[in-house]
Amino acid sequence: MAQQLHVELVAVEERVWSGEAEMVVARTTEGELGVLPGHAPLLGQLAEPGQVRIKLPGGEQVSYEVAGGFLSVGAEGVTVLAESATPVSAAQGR
Amino acid sequence: MAAQVRVLRQRIRSAKGMKKITKAMELVATSRIAKAQARVEASLPYAQAITGVLTALASNARIDHPLLTPRERVRRAGVVLVTADRGLAGGYSSNAIRTTESLLARLAADGKEPVLYVIGRKGVSYYRFRNRPIEANWTGFSEQPSFADARAVGETLIKAFSAGADDVDGGAGADGVLGIDELHIVYTEFHSLMTQNPVAKIIGPMQVEDRPRSEGLLPAYEFEPEAEALLDALLPKYINTRIYAALIESAASESAARRRAMKAATDNAEEMIEKYTREMNSARQAGITQEISEIVGGANALAASGSEV
Repeated sequence: MAQQLHVELVAVEERVWSGEAEMVVARTTEGELGVLPGHAPLLGQLAEPGQVRIKLPGGEQVSYEVAGGFLSVGAEGVTVLAESATPVSAAQGR
Repeated sequence: MAAQVRVLRQRIRSAKGMKKITKAMELVATSRIAKAQARVEASLPYAQAITGVLTALASNARIDHPLLTPRERVRRAGVVLVTADRGLAGGYSSNAIRTTESLLARLAADGKEPVLYVIGRKGVSYYRFRNRPIEANWTGFSEQPSFADARAVGETLIKAFSAGADDVDGGAGADGVLGIDELHIVYTEFHSLMTQNPVAKIIGPMQVEDRPRSEGLLPAYEFEPEAEALLDALLPKYINTRIYAALIESAASESAARRRAMKAATDNAEEMIEKYTREMNSARQAGITQEISEIVGGANALAASGSEV
């Protein structure tokens, strides 16, 4: 059984998404980045406009359009901080 | 007699009208408190996360960011005051203004020139009426502030704060803009439905709170981009978050204060209605008694005159 990643996506006004995932894909100002379980601790500023894709264990994925975001990878999981996050519908997301 | 009854009836009617209004406002305020508290709750995850990120950043990078270092010479101190847009909230706005006044007096005693930033119509009209300068003001969102409102406030403040970096004595310095060297915020803390206290806090230069230097526990972070650039991007957001937190807490306090004021008004109206109803009943009874005694008196007089004929 593969390890899982605890992911929290929090916007200023509310917690947007929280749960277990297999991988988080985001684009920082330096470039696109995928985070798997066991990733080294990292702090990154997300590019604007940026999409954060969270790959769920079942093979599905959820995507959010994130503005003013930061990515923090720690021992306890991944936290995405956003000024605002709007879900991208399945049709638009890849 | 009839006239007195009519006057009392009129008063009861107007007291009942008032009671309806105050009761409605009380109910609205009650539901707003719950909503505001839910928003305070909902904003906590982000606040905790951003504090965690800042702590991690601060313990991994040198901090000599202008938003973090106290200025050697503080000439102008910015004060942000959070008040209500509407009245009928008891002492909510005036308490916040009083706290601001004592803060301003303290700043002036320290030789700092206070610069006022006011949120909420009540605070604006207080200072306008007294012809005191307001650097900037924002109104229209005191009861339901959004993060966009907080960001608008925060951007102005951060701009003023960074403009103050090069100010010299009696002048604006190289950039020609008078800025501020210190930033305070006065808002109303929400303790419970019954107690809300106005407090003055300093938010600039910021103190990154508890920075645990526990070795081995804090992992060595990688930074994308460099730590300094990250700090540059993160600190303004942190200030905005602090302002947003102050705004929503103030909104909860405002609704709580309004609920209490309106509850007192409703109770008063009830008391008045009861008192007037009693008075009206006794006036009406007195009128009836008088009428009866007049009729009886008249009948007796007629009977007496008839028997003598």
